[in-house]
Amino acid sequence: MTEQVRLTVNGVPRDVEVEPRRLLVQTLREDLGLTGTHVGCDTSQCGACTVHLDGRAVKSCTVLAIQADGHVVTTIEGMAPDGGLHAIQAAFWAKHGLQCGFCTPGMIMSAADLLESNPDPTDDEIRHAIEGNICRCTGYHNIVAAIREAASTLRAGTDVPAAANA
Amino acid sequence: MTTDVLGSPVKRVEDPRFITGKGRYLDDIQMTGMTYMAILRSPYANANIRSIDTSAAKAMPGVILVLTGADVPYNPLPMAWPAGGSSGVQNNINMPRALATDDVKWTGEGVAAVIAETPEQAADAVEVVHVDWEPLPAVVDTEGATQPGAPQLHENAPNNVVFVWTVGDKAGTDAAVDAAEVVVRQRIVNQRLIPNPMEVRGDIGLYNPGTDEYTVWMSSQTPHIQRLLLTAFVTGIPEHKVRCISPDVGGAFGTKIFCYADMALVMLASKLIGGRPVKWVETRRENYQSTTHGRDHVTYLEIAGKRDGEVTGLRVKTYANLGGRLSTIGPGVPTTLYARVLAGCYKIPNVYCEVTGVYTNTTFVDAYRGAGRPEATYVIERAMDLFAAEIGMDRAAVRRKNFIAPDAFPYDNPSGLGTAVNGEKIYIDSGNYEPALNKALMTVGYDDLDKAKAEARTRGKHLGLGLSTYIEVCGVAPSKWIGAVGEGWGAAMWESANLKVHLTGKVILTMGTQPQGQGHETTYSQIIASELGLAMDDIIVQHSDTLGTPFGYGSYGSRTSSVGSTAAIKAAGKVREKARRYAAHMLEASVDDIEVVGAEYRVKGSPEKKKTLQEIAFALDLGFSLPEGMEPYLDETAYHDTPNCTWPFGTHIAVVEVDEDTGKVDLVRYVAVDDVGNKINPMIVDGQLHGGIAQGVGQALWEEAIYGDDGQLLSGSMLDYALPRASWMPNLELDETVTPSPVNPIGVKGVGEAGTIASTAAVANAVIDALKPFGVRHLDMPFTAPKVWRAMQSQEVRS
Repeated sequence: MTEQVRLTVNGVPRDVEVEPRRLLVQTLREDLGLTGTHVGCDTSQCGACTVHLDGRAVKSCTVLAIQADGHVVTTIEGMAPDGGLHAIQAAFWAKHGLQCGFCTPGMIMSAADLLESNPDPTDDEIRHAIEGNICRCTGYHNIVAAIREAASTLRAGTDVPAAANA
Repeated sequence: MTTDVLGSPVKRVEDPRFITGKGRYLDDIQMTGMTYMAILRSPYANANIRSIDTSAAKAMPGVILVLTGADVPYNPLPMAWPAGGSSGVQNNINMPRALATDDVKWTGEGVAAVIAETPEQAADAVEVVHVDWEPLPAVVDTEGATQPGAPQLHENAPNNVVFVWTVGDKAGTDAAVDAAEVVVRQRIVNQRLIPNPMEVRGDIGLYNPGTDEYTVWMSSQTPHIQRLLLTAFVTGIPEHKVRCISPDVGGAFGTKIFCYADMALVMLASKLIGGRPVKWVETRRENYQSTTHGRDHVTYLEIAGKRDGEVTGLRVKTYANLGGRLSTIGPGVPTTLYARVLAGCYKIPNVYCEVTGVYTNTTFVDAYRGAGRPEATYVIERAMDLFAAEIGMDRAAVRRKNFIAPDAFPYDNPSGLGTAVNGEKIYIDSGNYEPALNKALMTVGYDDLDKAKAEARTRGKHLGLGLSTYIEVCGVAPSKWIGAVGEGWGAAMWESANLKVHLTGKVILTMGTQPQGQGHETTYSQIIASELGLAMDDIIVQHSDTLGTPFGYGSYGSRTSSVGSTAAIKAAGKVREKARRYAAHMLEASVDDIEVVGAEYRVKGSPEKKKTLQEIAFALDLGFSLPEGMEPYLDETAYHDTPNCTWPFGTHIAVVEVDEDTGKVDLVRYVAVDDVGNKINPMIVDGQLHGGIAQGVGQALWEEAIYGDDGQLLSGSMLDYALPRASWMPNLELDETVTPSPVNPIGVKGVGEAGTIASTAAVANAVIDALKPFGVRHLDMPFTAPKVWRAMQSQEVRS
């Protein structure tokens, strides 16, 4: 038994046929080939699968694909659709906010959600906002620095996308 | 030949793919015709298998193949590092199985494998494999497993003892302890940890019936080693018929060094189903049960010395839990990698350590970030604090008094690495410990500690400060040493590099090392840019594929920057030398007259007569005109065997506050002064330290793998195992001293493990310092609020 689901993913309408038990993260990764969203656990703890559903961060391992029917999904691949970098992506690069890179997409999506609602967070607010995203490589120090820098860039309105290969 | 790029905090060349979601980890790989494997895992910690019925599973939708231990022609998996290597220590070895045959020794040991059209079908079919179990009593306690009456795991290992290994001078140490003015004794536990790289493990096996060749994609730190082990020691398939590839690896921390059953199973399954690819990716729950764990020591320490603070002896007895069977290098970790650095940075004349390796009904234990050295640092740094407290001397002063003096190097540590094949001693080659200690004390404001404690009391907090003055042995390891003792892999541990300057002047460096997030592509590019005077953009670094990269031993033991980089530098030197000889040919000059300035090869005294490296490569790669005896192409390979390990050191200081009402511990400051020698990329070095520190803090404060008495893993998911979260960690204050390593041309030492090695002891010492008013002398990790609260209730505040 499958269900027809229509999602708008990174601005593009996508129709997929899914089993009712299929998770949004499986649909993104396996049906739509968007493998930037990762699976790091099986208990909704690690946050590697964080995407935006109608503009808010959700753990896509905890959303069924059929629940997302008719909704708008943004993944890491949609953060800077023109091949450039979103200010948060640029800041993670500049501040060495990643090492193995596995948690990074989810971390960036959580950071984007934070900065949408709180453009000038304190370090404590940043640390609290990414509490649902586990990083085992960085000790969070440089992730916090990256989000702080991204907030500053976004507030200054100088979000000129840099080329990804610059 | 250095330019500014070496030693600069350049942004990582890896990052654009990772920040845009274009990394390619194992589970991101899709192939036409892919099948999926799921593994049935034992629900019992100790049990015999009477029979296995796979008929229902075989009848499930989408199922292609079901395997049990009886179907696997190769068992067991290899164990490459017995305790003591080839020195004659008796090791009662029981190696892991590809799939269990008659019995299981821990919950999570693989029993059957199902290959199906989809991952869901494979998982569903695993549920209906019926096993007739004969459950047996289990034992999980590290020390208790060796005691009379404990359930016995293996016939060849009485009292569950894997080995008893010793190092140091027993008679001398016994005499020193007997004669000492002061002896402090303490039992300390270094609890079991689950390493938790964010990417779990997985493999894809692909057999080609047309060529009889296999390709195995694996999330591994050691693709070359795995090819060697899987062919020569597991399957018997000829080595040249197997290709191993590690795609982007999402963290590893030691767990991905080893040879695992699933690697062999995907190879076998792909062959049995006619060459369709077989993918297996573990769940996090499986990762917790059947990928290696770390630490798990019970130690009885005795530190002996004089009332003036001089330490005269260290006698240690350790029980090391190795799990139900031995992982690839399990016995090597709590022996060589532990006890040989047990005396730390101190000149202790008499050191003796006895280690008993122990089987229990738990997941196998092997190298986890730091591997033996965090355990050693924990022992010696707790011992120094206990000794200082006993004689009423300042903790920093006791350390200072016992440091190996800067003019005492090379220093022959009494429990050290010993002697190489050629009779050469392996010394601690360099160090200068006091400046790092002084700098850290200054930064943290050690002189104002009493004031800070008093201020904290006004807020209902007990403040504590903890020191850890550590050394580690990194940059493993000289092959001449491994050859002498049969330790390490029981094989060599050099590294390799191939450097090609192609026709268009673009440079490809291929390495035998294997990154897992460390930024090798960046740091190697910096080295080659510096060595050849090129822009980093003109260089690409390749690795991770046994097809097309020179054999290498992979990345662990903080060895890549020291051993790997030196191989790359040697290859660059060969390229430069050949380019110089060819420039002489092009410029009709003598080779001796060619000087190299950056990427320009000039005739001395006639600077207008010059060729760039790109011009040289173009002509040499075409080879239209070659001098006598010169081969075309600018393509050189180098192998580097390190003359010694490297010996990073430093001082870490943690400041904690313990809440007087709840016992909750907050890490409020963390100061680290590390001496990792010169730095290729200081930004990356800092990042390695940050992450390492967080892992060590995690052990001190939160992390613990817990088994029930029946062998069930109670901390079996991320809900139950407390990994450090962003809001639990402070910003970290890093500083440095720089004592270049003498063993490699750029003076680097390696930094992958330093943070973890140092930080656990610093935080533990801080918590115990905070609990001093309660008469607490020692408490075992992790310092969770309930445990600390109970310790606080045991005695009234004295102050």
